[in-house]
Amino acid sequence: MTLEEKVIAIIVEQLDVTKEECLPEASFIDDLGADSLDLVELIMEMEETFGLTIADSELEKIRTIKDVIDFLRSKGVS
Amino acid sequence: MGAVTPCGNSVQETWQGVCAGLSGIGNITKFDTTDFKTKIAGELKRFDPLQFATKSEVRRLDDFIIYAVAASVMALEDAGLSIDAGNGERSGVIIGTAIGGISTIEKEKETIMREGPRKISPFSAPSCLPNLAAGYVSIRHGLKGPINCAVTACAAGTDSIGGAFRLIADGYADVMIAGGAEAAITPLTVGGFNVMRALSTHNDEPEKASRPFDRDRNGLVLGEGSGLVVLEALPVALNRGAKIYAEVVGYGSTSDAFHMAAPPPGHEGAARCMAVALKDAGMRPEDIEYINAHGTSTQLNDLYETQAVKRVFGEHSRSLAVGSTKSMTGHLLGAAGGIEAIFAVKSIDDGIIPPTINLDHPDPECDLDYVPHTARIVPVHTAMSCTFGFGGANAVLIFKQFED
Repeated sequence: MTLEEKVIAIIVEQLDVTKEECLPEASFIDDLGADSLDLVELIMEMEETFGLTIADSELEKIRTIKDVIDFLRSKGVS
Repeated sequence: MGAVTPCGNSVQETWQGVCAGLSGIGNITKFDTTDFKTKIAGELKRFDPLQFATKSEVRRLDDFIIYAVAASVMALEDAGLSIDAGNGERSGVIIGTAIGGISTIEKEKETIMREGPRKISPFSAPSCLPNLAAGYVSIRHGLKGPINCAVTACAAGTDSIGGAFRLIADGYADVMIAGGAEAAITPLTVGGFNVMRALSTHNDEPEKASRPFDRDRNGLVLGEGSGLVVLEALPVALNRGAKIYAEVVGYGSTSDAFHMAAPPPGHEGAARCMAVALKDAGMRPEDIEYINAHGTSTQLNDLYETQAVKRVFGEHSRSLAVGSTKSMTGHLLGAAGGIEAIFAVKSIDDGIIPPTINLDHPDPECDLDYVPHTARIVPVHTAMSCTFGFGGANAVLIFKQFED
């Protein structure tokens, strides 16, 4: 599985959305119906899956699916 | 009405099961009971939460909330009632529980110890709270009226329905979903009750362990689930042609002021509670035909409850049918009052009194008519439901056949 596919699989599971809705520009809050608690839980699942820690300050910058993938890449995940 | 219980995943399935005298008690499967004295309880069987909730909800919310949601969906469907902008603000919810999200508390405590506080789920704090059964049901159905949660232990379900009854009678709501929800078959609960010697240890024959009023009873058997009723102001119900199962006519609440966990001999507080409910209903003791007793299968409750019934009903106690459905469902703690209100109502609606099973050798001092072994087919016009909780909290409801 590519990084994109892994990330989208987690989002589909956590937010009860479809793969088709998971476009790179999709905003978690505006397009995928997530609230602040959903986002926290989602990021925790990412931390668990990819074995890293995401600081609260870094979390603030994550708005879209593309943001997550770029962020993970910047941390050396592939 | 809606329910999920150890005897069935709907009111219909549960009612059929208890009228057939079938026990819902079995081995505990939720956790490893190797080190526990009690290895039996009444768990839900083949319950599919995804029928009533999304995968995310099931993952995030404690079981007691999911059980309440399931019961509420079935209750509103049974009532043929939808909540919308027109009636939402006049429709409320009170769902009681003894301990709320105890399994979430236990699980997340383990998470902290194993992985640290950062790994706690962000949904765990709300999920622990006792009022979240009422809260989530209100979210699911758009109930914007009064909301509350009785936490009077084993009396919580009854107190929730009683509170809802009063709110409607006093004009603060037209519709109230009310009852109880409990999912407390956990290591801490079983272990805690075990060291109090409150639970039956009859592990070899789980279905025979809950034996209210029997000479060989040796403690209560825990159960889990939810039972909810839809209460409606009469004019509102008549106006929409609602199916009316029965009428709530009386509610009593009293305290023993005696002991944290044990009733006093004669259970004076319970007797007073029955009397308060009768007065509230404008009824005399002779007007009651069936009592769904608290009947927990403990040495003290069953004896003292019998004494209390005799004190209140005098000669008429010989003509009363006093059954304990806990012989089949086990003790659902905060949800007991919810499901037992449903049994009282069904007894009126169907003209069937469910049995007290396992009554092989009645305690000589328990000499009332407990409807032993088999259900009794007989018209029931009035039924009383009694529940008595830790802390000396007593709650009683009276239901009557509805006459136009």
